[in-house]
Amino acid sequence: MAGSQWELPPELCCRPMAFVALTGLDVVYNAVHRAIWDAFCANRRADRVPISFKVLPGDHEYPKCRTKRTSYEWYIPKGILKTGWMNKHLNLVPALVVLFYELDWDDPQWKEKQSECATKVEIVRTSLQGRNTKVAVVLIQKKTPLPPGEDLVASERAATLCNACDLSGKSLFVLPHTDHLVGYIIRLENAFYEHAQTYYYTEIRRVKSHKEFLNKTTHQLLFVRHQFKIAFFSELKQDTQNALKYYRTAYSLVHELRAHETNMLEIKTMAGFINYKICRLCFQHNTPLDAIAQFRKHIDLCKKKIGSAELAFEHAAWMSKQFQSFGELFDEAIKLGLTAIQTQNPGFYYQQAACYSQDRKQLSQQLCQAGATSPSSEPWDTQTGGLDFYGQRPWRQGHQSIDPPDAEKEKTGILALQIKERDVLHSELIIALLSNAVAQFKKYKCPRMKSHLMVQMGEEYYYAKDYTKALKLLDYVMCDYRTERWWGLLTAILTTALRCAYLMASVKDYIIYCMELLGRGKKEGSTESRSLWNDRMALAASNELTIEVQDYIPFIQCKAKFQCPSFHVDQPIQLQVFLRADCPHPVSFNKLAVSLSNQEYNQWCVVESAGQECMSLLPGKTKCHNFSFVAKTEDVGKKIELTGMELMLGSDSGRCVFLSWRGAGGDAASTHEALQASRSSRRWGREVEARQELDWDSLTMQHSTMIISRVPKISVQLSHRPPALNNEMYCINLTVQSQEGVVAKGVKLTAGLKPGQDANLGQTTHVSLDGSKVCDDTAPALLPDVPLGDLKPGEKLERCVYVNCVSTGSRVFLFHVAYSIDTTVEGRQIVCKCHKVEKVIIILLTVSTNTPQLQSQLQEVVLQTDECASECFCLRCPALANSNNTVATGQYLISWRSANSPLIQTVVTLPHVILESVPLYIHAELPSYGRVRESLSVRYHIENRTSLVQEVEMAVEPSDAFMFSGLKQVRLRILPGSEQQMLYNYYPLMAGYQTLPQLNISLPRCLTTNTHTLRRFLPQRIFVKPQGRQLDEASIAAA
Amino acid sequence: MAVCIAVIAKENYPLYIRSVPTQNELKFHYTVHTSLDVVEEKISAVGKSLGDQRELYLGLLYPTEDYKVYGYVTNSKVKFVIVVDSSNTSLRDNEIRSMFRKLHNSFTDVMCNPFHSPGNTIQSKAFDGIVSGMMVQTASTV
Repeated sequence: MAGSQWELPPELCCRPMAFVALTGLDVVYNAVHRAIWDAFCANRRADRVPISFKVLPGDHEYPKCRTKRTSYEWYIPKGILKTGWMNKHLNLVPALVVLFYELDWDDPQWKEKQSECATKVEIVRTSLQGRNTKVAVVLIQKKTPLPPGEDLVASERAATLCNACDLSGKSLFVLPHTDHLVGYIIRLENAFYEHAQTYYYTEIRRVKSHKEFLNKTTHQLLFVRHQFKIAFFSELKQDTQNALKYYRTAYSLVHELRAHETNMLEIKTMAGFINYKICRLCFQHNTPLDAIAQFRKHIDLCKKKIGSAELAFEHAAWMSKQFQSFGELFDEAIKLGLTAIQTQNPGFYYQQAACYSQDRKQLSQQLCQAGATSPSSEPWDTQTGGLDFYGQRPWRQGHQSIDPPDAEKEKTGILALQIKERDVLHSELIIALLSNAVAQFKKYKCPRMKSHLMVQMGEEYYYAKDYTKALKLLDYVMCDYRTERWWGLLTAILTTALRCAYLMASVKDYIIYCMELLGRGKKEGSTESRSLWNDRMALAASNELTIEVQDYIPFIQCKAKFQCPSFHVDQPIQLQVFLRADCPHPVSFNKLAVSLSNQEYNQWCVVESAGQECMSLLPGKTKCHNFSFVAKTEDVGKKIELTGMELMLGSDSGRCVFLSWRGAGGDAASTHEALQASRSSRRWGREVEARQELDWDSLTMQHSTMIISRVPKISVQLSHRPPALNNEMYCINLTVQSQEGVVAKGVKLTAGLKPGQDANLGQTTHVSLDGSKVCDDTAPALLPDVPLGDLKPGEKLERCVYVNCVSTGSRVFLFHVAYSIDTTVEGRQIVCKCHKVEKVIIILLTVSTNTPQLQSQLQEVVLQTDECASECFCLRCPALANSNNTVATGQYLISWRSANSPLIQTVVTLPHVILESVPLYIHAELPSYGRVRESLSVRYHIENRTSLVQEVEMAVEPSDAFMFSGLKQVRLRILPGSEQQMLYNYYPLMAGYQTLPQLNISLPRCLTTNTHTLRRFLPQRIFVKPQGRQLDEASIAAA
Repeated sequence: MAVCIAVIAKENYPLYIRSVPTQNELKFHYTVHTSLDVVEEKISAVGKSLGDQRELYLGLLYPTEDYKVYGYVTNSKVKFVIVVDSSNTSLRDNEIRSMFRKLHNSFTDVMCNPFHSPGNTIQSKAFDGIVSGMMVQTASTV
């Protein structure tokens, strides 16, 4: 893939980690070594030190170190950064080589083993000739080591081994192969990491030391190179803060380089690399604003550095890549927890990347003329071997002067690049970037931006000749633009979509888009579409298409209305259908059909062109079609709704298109227009009057009508005399008079309680036609369909209805007269119904009464409205016969009638009474009031009413309001039929209603008796008057 | 000063769009349309916190590579959008504000015209004049 030329090298994009080589491990055949290696590589989580390990054979050849230059005086650098450099330090030159060797301290062949180990170390050292790479030795031991200092043999032998290998003590490690392998490995790792850091530190020092030999005129490239290297080593050392600092210096140095056409690409490539590193580190340091600022600066600096005009597409490609890689960095940071906002999210960068890719496509179309012959493969000879320096031309590598060395070669080189560019699938790149951007904008709530990008994607698919996908995308967003009513944008999209549909030969889509383009959404210049439309329609293929217009904005508008919201059944129903064409030319159509909720009427609502004559619509003019039909009598009380309308364009013989509107018409745009019209209705109204023409926008749709019954010509009158009484046979007079011109047949009366009231009323209300018969529970609350016979014109008929109610409250009675009549208008029989509602209020009058034995005091009393009569009787209870304490008191029977109605008996059941027997009778004799601090004498009489001697205990409880004298507690006997008196002198202390001291009486002989009832005989309280003033004055006078 | 000036109705359909004739008109339509995303977001964010005490000027909506888009929303939710060339760095925030204020005044005049039906696209010479004034000035300075 040619685009890969612009990809950032993977060694730039990865996170640099210290490189440590492990030698002396046989991971294939030795299980112990395998386990050690696994412990190093498995489970490298974030908490472990960042090292990349590699197993190498002991005699591995490391990259040769070139002899160090002692002077830079005559040295002219050939480029900024070698392509292999980063990879070399990431994967080839280790910071530390670790030699693994199996050796126990008490090995019997210690001497031999020690020298073998020393040899191995020597081999590694030789292959690292000239490098500062550290060497360390790890002894793999079977035994667990003793704590340091206790094993004298071990420390002695360790010292000799170090000597033999020329190692410092810090570079010798012991790895006991026991259960705790992972723990040991982690400790080893940390030690390695320290060594590696020292290595990178010395490397940084080494690079820095070159600086003094450089001069600003010839070694500018080296300044950049060295800063970049220092920064990269700092990254390997995990010193990201310093790395960032050095990268920043490197970045500013890059832009100080003398830029000319031949090295522009190199400068931009390096600037891009360094910028990438800076942004990456900024995101890593959680300073996204720095990253964005750096990126903006980078773009501003590089935007104008186009380089060679013949290769301008390269610049666009490079710019696109810059934006894309920044977008990816941003996105990655978000995945790691950064929060982005609506106006600053990766989507913008992807979008811009796509934008530059589009530029690239355009430029390459301009610059890479087709037909150029493929040049000889000469310029690419070196390409196979790869470039030495980043961003240089393959045909003049290492060349740094302003003019190209060979003009001819330069030309073929450029041509070769152009030819290569011609084969790039730009659309694919653009679509990929756009879809990335769409995903981002979706996430950050930018629906319109998303739509915009989807349009671009659709267009790109169109260019890539993938029309199905293009149409799908465009169709999807068209809806949004339609509802937002951005006609300008919609038209642009429609035009593309129309082309797609044409190229796909999708007739239906084509016609739909044509229709919209011709419609009122389109602003101007639709003649082209018009001719296209005609072409299509003329195609002789018998095709039928139905288009549901409510989702589109077609060039014909349709509105329908019933003249009235309701029609009487004897009137013809009037329906108007308005059509209007918005296109610039007249449109002809062949058929207009309306479908209604009751399909039987549809036949009346069709208009078809007669013969060859087409009906036509003039642009901007409204045409009205009137339909009228007669409703069926079964439909009385029902609604007729418009379910749809169909307009046929074209003819049956050829191709025809049915436009179908749902309901009463209207399409995707009409709701808003109606609103708009209603806002300005007053003004429009005036204009309409002025020019006597229908204004389309102010036409309102009436999509349903109600069929209602014929207006009856009959009068129903009710007469009655309120109020109605409870239980009364209340008479209501009904008079029916016909005003019809012909005989009203089968007159029927429905009379009674109006349904829908309280359910209980139905049970307490009874209706009958027969006044003589007493109405009872069997009578219904409603008499349905009582036949009254026929009524001649002008004839009068009277009826009485009796109503009996057993509960009070108001009731609504319904009188409903129905008849059928032959109407002359349509020659059909129509049943007309008429009803009249009369409200009757019933008021209960309480009438009380007499027992058979007694003469009632109320006999012959007449009660007026709101009057009340009451009666009183004294009852004596017979001696208690049974254990049951309750006694029935019988019934109360009233015979009554209102002024001229039959006599009625009302029975009232009297309540039951509870009886109790008490052996004693007690009553108190006391004055009606007391006075504060004046003696108040109270005498209690206690009577024995039984035939037995009663023993009584009495006690008076103290009270705060009174002092008293008298017996406080006494026990006495009362003979049968005799009476005892107790006298107390109370002395009130407080004024007002005061509770008297309570007298407790108990009968020790018969405890069963409830003495509580006795208390009811005694007064509870007494009113105490305050001390009089006169008394005071009198006493003063006396004094 | 501006390369494109647009008035957008409360329901987000365009009442008026004028752009520098030399450049792709469609592109400006898209720019204005997409900027409504940010306008909507800003309105809803402010609506929650402050209620009526809203600043009409919304400031820089979003920067694209080539243009800066500024927004302004009247109390009746009619939006004004001004697109400025990114290269035009001399323009201050205050000047943008005053442009919006002028635009708003002129828009109010249009609304006060008894022959204008609110909700319809703006067809007014006076308004055209104000808008051209803001756009022509650019042509002279650039």
